[in-house]
Amino acid sequence: MGGHLTIAELQRKANDLRQDVIRMLAAAGSGHTAGSLDLADILAALYFEILNIDPKNPEWPERDIFLLSNGHTVPIQYAAMAEAGFFDKEELSTLRKLGSRLQGHPERCRLPGLENTSGPLGSGLSQAAGYAYSLQYLDNNRHRFVYTIMGDGELDEGNVWEAAMFAGKYKLSQLIAFIDRNNIQIDGSTEEVMPLEDLRGKWESFGWHVIEIDGHNIQSIIDAVNMAKAISNKPCIIIAFTIPGKGVDFMEYDYKWHGVAPSKEQADNAIKKLSIRNKDNVLSEVKL
Amino acid sequence: MSQYFLNPNLFNTDVEQEPIRAGFGRGLKAAAEVNEKIVALCADLTDSTQIGLFREAFPARFIETGIAEQNLVSVASGLALAGKIPFASSYAAFNPGRNWEQIRTTIALNDQPVKIVGSHAGVSVGPDGASHQMLEDIALMRVLPNMIVVVPGDSLEAEKATRAIAENGKPSYIRLAREKTPIISTDQSPFEVGRAYVLREGGDISLMGTGAMTYQLLVAANILSEKGISAEVVHVPTVKPLDSETIIASARHTGRVLTAEEAQIAGGFGGAVAELLSEHLPTPLLRIGMQDRFGESGAPLELFDYFGLTGDNIAQRAEEFVHTKSQYHREY
Repeated sequence: MGGHLTIAELQRKANDLRQDVIRMLAAAGSGHTAGSLDLADILAALYFEILNIDPKNPEWPERDIFLLSNGHTVPIQYAAMAEAGFFDKEELSTLRKLGSRLQGHPERCRLPGLENTSGPLGSGLSQAAGYAYSLQYLDNNRHRFVYTIMGDGELDEGNVWEAAMFAGKYKLSQLIAFIDRNNIQIDGSTEEVMPLEDLRGKWESFGWHVIEIDGHNIQSIIDAVNMAKAISNKPCIIIAFTIPGKGVDFMEYDYKWHGVAPSKEQADNAIKKLSIRNKDNVLSEVKL
Repeated sequence: MSQYFLNPNLFNTDVEQEPIRAGFGRGLKAAAEVNEKIVALCADLTDSTQIGLFREAFPARFIETGIAEQNLVSVASGLALAGKIPFASSYAAFNPGRNWEQIRTTIALNDQPVKIVGSHAGVSVGPDGASHQMLEDIALMRVLPNMIVVVPGDSLEAEKATRAIAENGKPSYIRLAREKTPIISTDQSPFEVGRAYVLREGGDISLMGTGAMTYQLLVAANILSEKGISAEVVHVPTVKPLDSETIIASARHTGRVLTAEEAQIAGGFGGAVAELLSEHLPTPLLRIGMQDRFGESGAPLELFDYFGLTGDNIAQRAEEFVHTKSQYHREY
């Protein structure tokens, strides 16, 4: 896809996606708000710059693969996929409703272009590692890349560390994983629930190359991925520091927004905030 | 009916015996020879799950995951997404015992053609004891939508079953056993996923078995015959999808059904037959297997006797059953 949008345009895309997410979750009446908002910049960078994909040909054999591991943040992926042209944006309003292709947690079999079925945490890195193993060792294909995003709370799962060992052992250099380091999980802050630090040290000791970035700085996201692609003897993990609920001041940093959707009133208010931010930054014409 | 070719040497003391898992090992190698998409993964039990044969033949298509069964199957899911046909093997106690959720989400719901290989199932693992004697795997796997569940009756059938599931395009579970068991079939015997086979016809009771228990049923049928009871023996190597036509036809014919498995009867093969018959043809049913308890250490044959799983034990139970329960459908 990529290469055609400026950083400012990508930022505007991210902000548009945030508004889509607010509308989707309000219409659904349930869902995970904080993580969906804080991943908007990474998803915008992936879908509109980084991923080598063709929305008109979702099964294109030369495509890059993106597997969302923390499936509860899938609203932001649906918003990005619709914006990229995988399906009509009208369909976004069907999220979580009976008969919808946009299930509450992602199901690959229902929606072309969605690569993964996830929800229960901890397995996406293994799946991405399996795909990356296939490319590197079975298919002799060194130009496609496999991306995954995990939540930071997800790292409590033992399965993640099994995958970390596996990818480290096999030096899966086409595997690029993001950690959404927003410091929250359902029961509170990650460091209270189950401390994750020293996170960099943990991944390094498992044989990974670690890059730490501001997960809301699109240039940093793109630079980190370019660096990760250039590392040819290790898997790479990008620890992206993010603000949960990013873009809506009354949601930011509040773990209580992890697993709830905004009411109609809160949604209107949130979209207003996102719109003001847009005007301040002179980023976008806002559709209300 | 008798197109199923029983091993002519079956009831001789020198009947050929081989572990069911050995047939799997050969079947996997044979399947991989004709389909280069097949890859195999193992969690530090390569030789005992008989994947060693594959590894020797196709070292580049073998993946060692270490003792990490959750990773084992979810890596397999990723390989399947990349177009491969992965066989993921370990002991049944851990695979699917340890990693059932990963199988459910990343393979069954995801509808990926990953083959879960659960070796060393049942009490016949013997001295290792209850923690390693997997008894709940049939129940765990047959409740998963999209999942195929195969429990071969001997090593020859395991070979055929492995080749069949390699090409079925579906999530599949194959249950294997450690100990040598008699070879009941021949190279000519048919195997098709989803088919049950009547090995012996009879009119008083249907003995339905899965896995190596079918051999015990054939022995039981001989004993019953000496007592004037005519037993039909139905071999059911596919627990899901169940061959309801063959099972119901046999139940209708004999009016009494006994099931046998080396697993928990609750939710297992006996559970599956109970569900089928109670909905479609209520029939007096006796389920032989593990009765809501764990196994324990002992020699395999000793345990079989202790838990009532030998042909002798089963014949005795069947005889009582025939004498105490009337044949329902004959009265309808």
